[in-house]
Amino acid sequence: MTDNRFFNRSELIGILVLAVFLVVVLPLTLDVFRLNLVAKYLTYAFVALGLVVCWGYGGILSLGQGVFFGLGGYCMAMFLKLEASSVENTKIQSTPGIPDFMDWNQITALPLFWKPFNSLTFTIAAIILVPGIFALIIGTAMFKRRVGGTYFAIITQAVAAILTILIVGQQGYTGGINGMTDLRTLKGWDIRPDHAKVVLYFFEVGCLFVCIMIAQFIRHSKLGRILVAMREKEDRVRFSGYSVANFKIFAFCIAAVFAAIGGAMFALNVGFMSPSFVGIVPSIEMVIYTAVGGRLSILGAVYGTLLVNFAKTSLSETFPELWLFGLGGLFIAVVLAFPNGLAGIWGDYVQPRIDRLISPRKPKPEGWTDSSVADGAPAE
Amino acid sequence: MFGDYSLGDLGSIFVMQGFAGLILFSVYVLMALGLAIIFGQMGVINMAHGEFMILGAYVTWMTSNFFQAYLPSLFSGYFFLAMILAFVASGALGMLVEWVLIRHLYKRPLDTLLATWGLSLMLQQAYRSVFGAREVGVELPQWMLGSLHVTDSIEVPINGVFVMCLTLLITISVAYVMYKSRWGRQVRAVVQNRIMAGAVGINTEKVDRYTYGLGCGIAGVAGSAFTMIGSTGPTSGQLYIVDTFLVVVFGGAASLLGTIASAFSISQTQSTLEFFMSGSMAKVLTLLAVVGILMLRPQGLFALKVRK
Repeated sequence: MTDNRFFNRSELIGILVLAVFLVVVLPLTLDVFRLNLVAKYLTYAFVALGLVVCWGYGGILSLGQGVFFGLGGYCMAMFLKLEASSVENTKIQSTPGIPDFMDWNQITALPLFWKPFNSLTFTIAAIILVPGIFALIIGTAMFKRRVGGTYFAIITQAVAAILTILIVGQQGYTGGINGMTDLRTLKGWDIRPDHAKVVLYFFEVGCLFVCIMIAQFIRHSKLGRILVAMREKEDRVRFSGYSVANFKIFAFCIAAVFAAIGGAMFALNVGFMSPSFVGIVPSIEMVIYTAVGGRLSILGAVYGTLLVNFAKTSLSETFPELWLFGLGGLFIAVVLAFPNGLAGIWGDYVQPRIDRLISPRKPKPEGWTDSSVADGAPAE
Repeated sequence: MFGDYSLGDLGSIFVMQGFAGLILFSVYVLMALGLAIIFGQMGVINMAHGEFMILGAYVTWMTSNFFQAYLPSLFSGYFFLAMILAFVASGALGMLVEWVLIRHLYKRPLDTLLATWGLSLMLQQAYRSVFGAREVGVELPQWMLGSLHVTDSIEVPINGVFVMCLTLLITISVAYVMYKSRWGRQVRAVVQNRIMAGAVGINTEKVDRYTYGLGCGIAGVAGSAFTMIGSTGPTSGQLYIVDTFLVVVFGGAASLLGTIASAFSISQTQSTLEFFMSGSMAKVLTLLAVVGILMLRPQGLFALKVRK
């Protein structure tokens, strides 16, 4: 356990516990179908992580994270779709070699903006850059003019609405309401069979931890402290000579890029992308995950996402009537009673007890395995 | 594009398209007025506003069914009673919600957004459980159905004219209540400085509760009027919430006049564009224009100058 600037000891332990939970416990206990479900949930954890940086630390509530999730997802899906639409696969179409939905919409040539997505390198760059630049434009336009708070939330929501209508409306170019389905291979490697899903799961968890590290780094850097200061008293930070707008733009861009990576993972793991993950409702649900996990907690975001999604799947399978009541109630309860979410409950009630339990002794690895069970319990 | 039409036809198309825009404008104003009070005056982001509207619509639907079954002779006049009931039902629910939920959150405006979103989910599910998932349509009395023939080629639907008159009436009464009455003065005082308003003897909690109730009640009337134009389902409210917020924000949150002006410009832009392109592209362009203008002028069309 090295004590460096970017982790204190309990954070490092928290990250290790999460790593054990995601890399060892879940793959050993769940079948491939359930593991793939976890992979799907974890794609939202990227978004929740971004929201922790942007909303929790920066105080900027964006209700348009679905936009970036969608942009990332569509970039990935466009590449996969092009690969799945090779000339042999699509010879029954009137124009072979273009995606099936274009053929159905009487488009006879690949549109210009689709062409670069034949290249994987370009696609990966686009997954990061397209949402990043888009966020940069929105952020610059808004924050330089000191638009913030509720106005920003409503405008990002409008952007989500616009993008959804656009995707649904331009069926020939985007696949419309059905989205891009039937994604098959990545550079010739089939992404549909079980073993591929397991590999993709581990790849995703790896990416998630990279993002967690970046968030952790931001949090402990001077930048992170300025973000928090800005959230608490924006004017004082401005009077101290910092450019508040630039810090806000940066936080917003980071959140956008995280969301986009999540979206790309979604396209890979779930095998399709549709506008139903772009609009207002999914964007707000993503905020719910962060709020439930604790808007200030990096790891809480991951647990919150898993918890809400597990609850959603199991409740909506067994009591479809109750699910919306449950979700709505959960949201109201979190806002009214637990503004810091799961992480707040953990920090206020569970952590002190564990500390008391183990403080007389020297912390041993076994003691922390216990806490990993307790930690993972809410997510099951 | 215009080649196929004669000059007279073109004139009529523009008049009728303009009229369709006016109906849309009336609906927007009705929806936005309640929100302008709740969001613009109180600063509460009421994401459940659409659901309060839908409650009004369902109340109207129930009233119409009741009249059909028990009082068919009075059916032609049921709409007026329905609107009053819609106002009372939505307003009462609004006051309850304010008491249970909103009053704890005045200091955290962004959290009102999350909490009322949760509320809207619960209300949607409640509607689905009570009224069923299918959309319901209200049967209109005979006198509202036809259309007025202004000239040979121009006709306007009567229910549209009715909605417009209703909007005018409600707008004038809201303006009167907010700007001329004693109570409106109290509301504005509380909005501008809650602590000082309390210090001069205004019961700010009561003012808050009734203001929120009034906003929700107007949403109920808007929903009631809405049944004349479209059908009602449990999730219909969600479709309009972003439009409504944009109307209020675009107009300048604290200004009723701004709300009306922005509802007018947005609805006219949209209905005019709809004639030239598909509905979805017209919507995209309108929203883009609104967002673009808001980026240039974040305070909206009519900004209230207050010292903060």
